[in-house]
Amino acid sequence: METLTNMPKLADRAYNIRRNALRMGEVQGQGYIAQALDISDVLAVAYFHAMRYRPEDPSWEDRDRFLLSNGHYAIALYAALIEAGIVPEEELETYGSDESRLPMSGMASYTPGMEMSGGSLGLGLSIAVGMGLGLKRKKSDARVYTLFSDGELDEGSVWEAVQSAGHYKLDNLIGIVDVNNQQADGPSTQVMAFEPLVDKLQAFGWFVQRIDGNDLDAVVAAFDAAKSHPEPKPRMIVADTLMGKGVPFLEQREKNHFIRVEQHEWQLALAALEAGRQA
Amino acid sequence: MKTVRSAPQPGKPRLTTSAMIASIAAEGQKTKPAPFGHALVDLARSRPDVVGMTADLGKYTDLHIFAKEFPDRYYQMGMAEQLLFGAASGLAAEGFMPFATTYAVFASRRAYDFIHQTIAEEDRNVKIVCALPGLTSGYGPSHQAAEDLALFRAMPNMTIIDPCDAHEIEQLVPEIAAHQGPVYMRLLRGQVPVVLDGYDYRFELGKAKLIRDGKDVLIISSGIMTMRALEAVQVLKNDSVDAAVLHVPTIKPLDAETILREAGKSGRLVVVAENHTTIGGLGEAIAALLMRSGVHPPFRQIALPDEFLDAGALPTLHDRYGISTAEVARQIKLWL
Repeated sequence: METLTNMPKLADRAYNIRRNALRMGEVQGQGYIAQALDISDVLAVAYFHAMRYRPEDPSWEDRDRFLLSNGHYAIALYAALIEAGIVPEEELETYGSDESRLPMSGMASYTPGMEMSGGSLGLGLSIAVGMGLGLKRKKSDARVYTLFSDGELDEGSVWEAVQSAGHYKLDNLIGIVDVNNQQADGPSTQVMAFEPLVDKLQAFGWFVQRIDGNDLDAVVAAFDAAKSHPEPKPRMIVADTLMGKGVPFLEQREKNHFIRVEQHEWQLALAALEAGRQA
Repeated sequence: MKTVRSAPQPGKPRLTTSAMIASIAAEGQKTKPAPFGHALVDLARSRPDVVGMTADLGKYTDLHIFAKEFPDRYYQMGMAEQLLFGAASGLAAEGFMPFATTYAVFASRRAYDFIHQTIAEEDRNVKIVCALPGLTSGYGPSHQAAEDLALFRAMPNMTIIDPCDAHEIEQLVPEIAAHQGPVYMRLLRGQVPVVLDGYDYRFELGKAKLIRDGKDVLIISSGIMTMRALEAVQVLKNDSVDAAVLHVPTIKPLDAETILREAGKSGRLVVVAENHTTIGGLGEAIAALLMRSGVHPPFRQIALPDEFLDAGALPTLHDRYGISTAEVARQIKLWL
């Protein structure tokens, strides 16, 4: 059991999550690597600062729930679940392979710690509303965290859920929207304008914070405020992130929604990540 | 290309479109009010995990009975069917058993992916209860769920129920609650006919039941078409036709054993009667079962045509599309 004094720093956790994601990417040679790199800081704070869970018992009744609405970010969540000790590290090399418990798109029945089946976008917040209502019925103080992407803001169902969470004052629901401004057909703001996002969410009755999702101190402060906010409102963290964060040549790559990385580049990526950590 | 209909001839008296929530009961027929709502209240007294959810159709799915009795266990999700079923999945994940109601068209056509991914794929214990199945509204295709069974049959993990009457609805509510897993149930609401009480009938999940035996024709039916079949039996009797009726309230999984046993008895025409399009419903399910099993009786289908159905009065439409009692009897006589 780790104590506060020997617990690895959040920066180390974030580094390890990125490293796990790159190693899984290498197995496939391609994937949603840039998203995994951009969301690693948020996942480090979620799993190593904010959330309550037991690695040895992923369905522990009192755990905080984490819903991955953007199922294609599974590679990032697996990386975090491995770092959290929920998924054994040796399964990393099975990523996306036959018989693996780590399919390319997250599914509830495949992976310990995966709470929903994503892939079809725009589902997560609706499930979160039901879980939030259910936890209140059970008088549980557990929370429901839901990660989704800015592209999902195009889905009408997201707004059905946003409206109902405000209606039911689901203060046990914490949404995190990853604004990396990239979706399948291009920059999210150009595919379908979604700003002013903070104003919109506030108008629906949410407590909203907008932060640099790659600034660990800011992410910690946002999760803390989301948990402790006194008003009976659902909470949203709008996290602006940088695709490919931590690996400069991937940060600069255009059209990095689904990237192919050459064999030799994986070692370069891992080296670049390591270099960034030393700097 | 879109064409607009010609204006009707003036002066002719016409039936008017039934109210959307009109009862399907015939004049003077024995009925019971809101059997689903009352049965759910009875169930919920002993099952604290039961919750009711709807998308702005509580009154129109008889869930208002439950809401009145258990206001704190009732979730109004607004006119948002995708949210309704996603949230039902979430409540089920937390150990509750949601009965989520809307119209069959909205569950099957609008929220299909949400039911597929968040309920069926995750095997959540959600009971989907939907009014206006098949052709039970005169409002036109927006409210006529002619293809709901085809859509839900194609969904793994989904159990599908098409009850005949109030008697059966009362019996099946506790039965589907005892079944762990998702269920799609076609709902008859409001003043619902009572038919099967006179036949010593008991609903069993997954079982087809021979309601009446007969030597000339075997009518295999579900839902309101079993009521029609039993009425047609009396009409056929006058023409010395002896008809058997096999009621198949569980569309999926199909009771293959009973169906094959009855359809395999030689010398009878087999007619499948369903309140559903000819495509993908009970008729095609049974046809495929018979083919696969090498059982080849003469086979006919009474079902709705593969077209967008008209708006109008239900009796007119049931005659037009061949699912009224008179039309069922007429078609069977033609085929014998």
